[in-house]
Amino acid sequence: MGGRESTLVLLDENGIRCDGRKIDEPRRIMIKAGGLKNADGSAYIEFGDNKILVGVFGPRDVHPKHMSRTDTGILRVRYHMEPFSVGERKNPAPSRREIEISKVIKEALLPAVILEKFPRTAVDVFIEVLQADGGTRCAALAAASVALADAGIPMRDMVAACASGKAADTIILDVNNEEDQAGQADMPIGYMPNLEKITLLQLDGVLSPEEFKKCVETGVNGCKIVYELQKKALADKYFQNGRDQ
Amino acid sequence: MDNRRKYVIPGDVITTGPFRPEQNVILEGNKIISTTIGVSEIYDDSAKVISLTGKYLPKINDLVIGKVISHTSLSWELDINSCYVGFLPASDVFGRDFSAHADELTSKLKAGDLVATRIANFDRTRDPLITIADRDLGKIDSGDLIKISPSKVPRLIGKRGTMIQMIETATNAVITIGQNGWVVVSCENPEGLLKAKKAIQMVDEYAHVANLTDQVKDMLESKGES
Repeated sequence: MGGRESTLVLLDENGIRCDGRKIDEPRRIMIKAGGLKNADGSAYIEFGDNKILVGVFGPRDVHPKHMSRTDTGILRVRYHMEPFSVGERKNPAPSRREIEISKVIKEALLPAVILEKFPRTAVDVFIEVLQADGGTRCAALAAASVALADAGIPMRDMVAACASGKAADTIILDVNNEEDQAGQADMPIGYMPNLEKITLLQLDGVLSPEEFKKCVETGVNGCKIVYELQKKALADKYFQNGRDQ
Repeated sequence: MDNRRKYVIPGDVITTGPFRPEQNVILEGNKIISTTIGVSEIYDDSAKVISLTGKYLPKINDLVIGKVISHTSLSWELDINSCYVGFLPASDVFGRDFSAHADELTSKLKAGDLVATRIANFDRTRDPLITIADRDLGKIDSGDLIKISPSKVPRLIGKRGTMIQMIETATNAVITIGQNGWVVVSCENPEGLLKAKKAIQMVDEYAHVANLTDQVKDMLESKGES
C-alpha cells in the first residue's frame, strides 16, 4: 500500500469516485436468503461485482471425531474462490490468502453464534466466491451470517460487514478493487448492530489516529446499511406479508 | 392479530424489562433478544420466540419417528433427523431376560425399519436414549413416510390438535407425527392417503400463512367432490 503512481483518478474535484459513487456511498448490494435445497441454510450476495454463494450445514456429526468438543459445538468455515472468479485463472487449491480469510470470517462469526446448545457437533460454513471485485471478505461475512440464520443456528445478533478505507487522502466507504489496488488504506469491518460490537477489524495501510476513528465510523455506518438488507433478505424468505403481522 | 406477536430475526430486541427469557431468546442487560428467525410472543412475565427454521433438538418425552441405521450386540442406532443418533437398548425390546448370546437383534428390527419411539433421556453429554416401551410405540409396519421441517410440527398439530384431527377425519387416515419432523401416514383408501399427504405438505409449505386451516379444509373438500 502507500498510494502507487497511477493515471486513474480515484476522486475528482466534485467528490465523485472512479466508479461514480460519492465518498460515503456503498456499491449496489443484493442479498437473497435460501436457494440451495441440500444445504440446511444458504444465502447469495451480490456486492457490487462480487458474487458469492454460501451454504451452511449443521449442527451435524463432527468428522474427524477428535475435533469435537464435549462442552460446545464447533464452527468451521471454508472460504474458497472459484478458478473463474478472477481475471486470470486461480488455482483451485486453497491459497495462503484463502486460509487466512477462512480464519478471520470464522472468528468474526464466533461471537454471534450460540453453539453451547449443541455439544459434540459441528456447524460447517462453505463460502464460494463466484466473482471477485474487492471486498469479498466483507461480502462473504455478511452472506454467511444470513445463511447461518437461515439454517436456524441460534445467534446473539446478525453480523453485518462492510469495508472502509482511504484513497486520494479521503476516507471512503466500501473500497472497490481499483481503490484497493491504488488507494492508501483498506479496513474491513464486521459489526453486530444490535449489540453494537465489532467482530472483525483489519487494516491494511497507514492511518493517523483521527483518520482511524473516522474510518471505523464510516465502516460501521456501512455495516448498518448492509444490516438493513440482511433483514430484508430474511423477511422476504420467511415473512412474505411484511415484517409485522 | 394480537399486537404482541411480531416477526423477528436474530438480534431483534423483543422487549425490555423484567421478563423471563424462555425458548429461543436470551437476556442481554435488560433486553430480551431473539436468537432465531420466528414469531415472538410476550406474556405477562415471560417472552419467547416460536422458531420458523432449524434442526430438531431432542427433548425428553418427545415422540419421534426413527429409522434404524445399524446395531451392535446390545443396542440399535436410529436416525432421528437430529444432530445426534438415537440409542435404543436391546433390553427395551426383548424385555428383562435379554441375552446378548441367545437373542438376535435383527429378528426384531433391521436396518431401514421405521420405529415410533419416545425420548427417554437426553442430557447433552450422551446421545439421546430412546424407548419403545409404551402404548402406540414400536415398529411401524405400514404407511408412507413424509419429511417436513421440525419447526413446523406444532403447526401441523394445530391448536389442541385441531389441524391434524381435521385431516384425519376428512381422509380417514391414521397419522403419526414425530416431533422430529417425520410423519407416517397410513390409510386404506389410496385417495385418502394422497389427500392426507398433500395436506401435510401444504402445511409444511404455507406454515406462516394466517388462515391455513381454512385453506387446508378447502383443499380436502374440493378434492373429495372431484
